[in-house]
Amino acid sequence: MLTNKEIKKINEIKSHYPDEKAALLPLLWIIQEKYGWISEEAMRYAGDLLNIPYEQVLGVATFYTMFNKKPTGKFHLQVCTNVSCMLRGGYELFKYIEDKLKSENSESLFTIEEVECLGSCATAPMMQVNNKEFYENLTKEKVDEILEYFRKSTKKEN
Amino acid sequence: MVKIILKDIHNLHKIDVYESNGGYKALKKAVKKMKPDEVIEEVKKSNLRGRGGACFPTGLKWSFMPKGNEKPKYLCCNGDESEPGSFKDREIFEKNPHQFIEGTLIACYAMGVKTAYVYIRGEYYKWIKLLQKAINDAYKEGYIGEKIFGTKFSADIYIHKGAGAYICGEESALMNSIEGKRGYPRVKPPYPAKNGLWGNPTTINNIETISNIPEIINKGGDRFASVGAPKHPGTLLFGVSGHVNKPGVYELETGIPLMTIINDYCGGVLDGKEIKMVIPGGTSMPPLTKEECMTIKMDDASLKKIGSGIGTAGVIVMNEDTDIVKVLIRITKFYYHESCGQCTPCREGCGWMLRLLKRIDEGKGRMEDIDMLVNVANNIEGNTICAFGEAAALPVKWTIKKFRKDFEARIKEVDLKLPPKNIVHALR
Ligand SMILES: Cc1cc2nc3c(=O)[nH]c(=O)nc-3n(C[C@H](O)[C@H](O)[C@H](O)COP(=O)(O)O)c2cc1C
Ligand code: FES
Repeated sequence: MLTNKEIKKINEIKSHYPDEKAALLPLLWIIQEKYGWISEEAMRYAGDLLNIPYEQVLGVATFYTMFNKKPTGKFHLQVCTNVSCMLRGGYELFKYIEDKLKSENSESLFTIEEVECLGSCATAPMMQVNNKEFYENLTKEKVDEILEYFRKSTKKEN
Repeated sequence: MVKIILKDIHNLHKIDVYESNGGYKALKKAVKKMKPDEVIEEVKKSNLRGRGGACFPTGLKWSFMPKGNEKPKYLCCNGDESEPGSFKDREIFEKNPHQFIEGTLIACYAMGVKTAYVYIRGEYYKWIKLLQKAINDAYKEGYIGEKIFGTKFSADIYIHKGAGAYICGEESALMNSIEGKRGYPRVKPPYPAKNGLWGNPTTINNIETISNIPEIINKGGDRFASVGAPKHPGTLLFGVSGHVNKPGVYELETGIPLMTIINDYCGGVLDGKEIKMVIPGGTSMPPLTKEECMTIKMDDASLKKIGSGIGTAGVIVMNEDTDIVKVLIRITKFYYHESCGQCTPCREGCGWMLRLLKRIDEGKGRMEDIDMLVNVANNIEGNTICAFGEAAALPVKWTIKKFRKDFEARIKEVDLKLPPKNIVHALR
């Protein structure tokens, strides 16, 4: 599941804590970055690596919303609709993207999700993509551009 | 206006620029010229209060840590920053990370801590990278690590990345999350200073709180205490969002009138409209009416007097067209989603409040529902392990108290004369 290099990284992280179990969140992050989500197999693997029972790993993985318990599209669009974003059109934006993805049949490439405040309230409305980059001060035109850019970037890869 | 954290210095996030502007001098002074207790005394004198929401005096908190070294001691820096409307700590990671690192090291020295964890919400991918870069640079220059400034003092700083859970900002949930567990708050007492991370003495402080420390050591606690409102001195990083022309983070002295922030710094209310409601410190702080906004000063003591609080200084401004029922639904939906589920009043109560509010909004509400909402909120407040219960209950109680007419009108289906294309209306 993980390469020697990744295992080495985990061992380094373990050394930050007096108890190796504390490396569980960092380990789940490494797995998710690599595979995009955390499968049952991955949870069992993580448990074996850190001597934590599988049930406990499952309990942790399901507690935290950022850990995907099933695969997402290549681009996971996380649109904030909390108060500050809502006041600036977060819901319209969400609906616009949702409709657009449906009408263009691109739901396998993109997964859209409504998320809670991402700490970017002054640049609302906004979204995060794949738990990484923030896209702020969004408008419909900007979203069109961003989605088009993602679409093209996958074409280049193929 | 005095600036302590977000100074106007180009490229201050770079270590050489920080150094050439007096950076890491406070650390040197502390470890070479002061005893740990003297550092704590100076922080007590400054009357610095926690910026994480509870306004607890920082010097006093530090003095609760045991003096001996029988057990390892820990510091947790709280960068979970998940309270809706709060986005200030991220600004520190981006613009002045070394001042935060320097403050962390001084705190470690004062309390005899050898390991500090910086807990940052997982969504702050970019800011985790920025802070990690700053930490690496500080290690390279010998500010972090073994024998700092050639003294016996050594300390390490590690980032621990969260994974999407508001409750992990609560200090005991945060410690469980670092230990690799679900983010469940712990029953207190025992308090963290006695029984924290892995059962050892631990102190938890907000990122902004810690970032004030170098200034206090450099210029003295008395000087810091003289800035802003006497009972809550210093500056605050006000994060202003919602219906203003220039939303953003503004570092201003405590005690500044709210309307000065809105009009002079944020360019006034969007489209020149009137204010309807302002949340002064993140969604868990009770809201203010337009009349209250006109005179209120932004410090904890002034806000407490009118039943609210400074919280995280996340100011959310709403104009006259705002649908208050919809806003309260959205806030309650957040707490319903984020309740950790340990305590029945909170887990079930948040669901009941949300369902009642939705019923009212859909025009199926009854007049008794309004009092029932308050009743449910009262049954959450004070009946939970941690302060999440209050965070969820207070907005409901106080929004109804101050804007009851809006709720009654929705039930009676009176037209509130909100513009038809009000952007706030499109709640899913
Ligand atoms: C539900 C809940 C969420 C919290 N979230 C945060 C947070 O994101 N950041 C923070 O610094 N404090 C948060 N706090 C407050 C912390 O428990 C703690 O009081 C604070 O970090 C202490 O730091 P300070 O004394 O420097 O303010 C939260 C508290 C509760 C009850
Ligand atoms: S409300 Fe959307 S980022 Fe804060």
